[in-house]
Amino acid sequence: MTKIKSLADLRKKKEDLQAKIALREKSDSPEGRVLVKVAMATCGIASGSKDVMEYIADELNKRNIDAIVSQTGCMGYCYAEPTIEVTLPGKEPVVYGDVDVKKADEIIEKYIRNQELVDGIIPVNYQTIENNKEE
Amino acid sequence: MKDLSLHILDIAQNSITAKAKSIFIGIEEDSAANTYIIRVEDDGCGMSKEVLELVTDPYYTSRTTRRVGLGIPLFKQNAEQTGGYLAIDSEPGRGTVIEAMFVHDNIDRPELGDISGVLLLLIGANPELHFRYVHRKDGQGYALDTRELQEALDDMPVSNPNILGYIKEMITENLAAIDVYQ
Repeated sequence: MTKIKSLADLRKKKEDLQAKIALREKSDSPEGRVLVKVAMATCGIASGSKDVMEYIADELNKRNIDAIVSQTGCMGYCYAEPTIEVTLPGKEPVVYGDVDVKKADEIIEKYIRNQELVDGIIPVNYQTIENNKEE
Repeated sequence: MKDLSLHILDIAQNSITAKAKSIFIGIEEDSAANTYIIRVEDDGCGMSKEVLELVTDPYYTSRTTRRVGLGIPLFKQNAEQTGGYLAIDSEPGRGTVIEAMFVHDNIDRPELGDISGVLLLLIGANPELHFRYVHRKDGQGYALDTRELQEALDDMPVSNPNILGYIKEMITENLAAIDVYQ
């Protein structure tokens, strides 16, 4: 397969992809999606959150899990970076610390897929980032 | 920070926090002048003179979640270790320009790293923002503009994981063609 080098190549690939997606018919309701936020401030980046985010985005796509992967700032848990916040549809957000690629795999398989809690949640009484900020 | 691309990711996050709509990331390599200049420009909320004086202080941060802010100080330290500098220009309401010069052949200059991955993370997580990236090296160059990307993609979201993969390939190919990973 030839490599994509220009905007014209990109457009062509996109058209191929569009044909495939039309067949699959994805549901486009954000409420039904898993939301993963990766802390991406200085502390997170320095601890390797970029690789973790790339891995999570890649794997969720490969494993056909309908999810949105986005970034957030520092939640104040610099000692436990990289941290991620996972929100399953209809559930409270859960924050995991010290997430490397291996841990991320465990979280995807156990928590996101089967809703089993995985070790490494911080802190236990965590609510949401918004609540945290107002203090 | 392991490499220059991670510094760029970090500094660009500042721009996003400053509510920028448009972010320019420029790298200019000049072998003759022996300089490696990184510029990040945004149209965010900007900073007052007082804040501007404080941002290179590791004990200053605009955050409330912790008391230190190391992004700019680390970037500055790395630039200065090579014999370069870091300069910031900002005006409230206008935006911020941050420029770091590294001495190109200095052994302390970190390598560029996975810049296409960094751009992809920024574009994918902030599809509503306008990003421009220009990398010049000794007269050759590559430019990326997310508005042009969106045009080529019509109504397909730029944040689609497959599309991001294609864009990454395009950036990596073009940058390899101008030897930026040397």
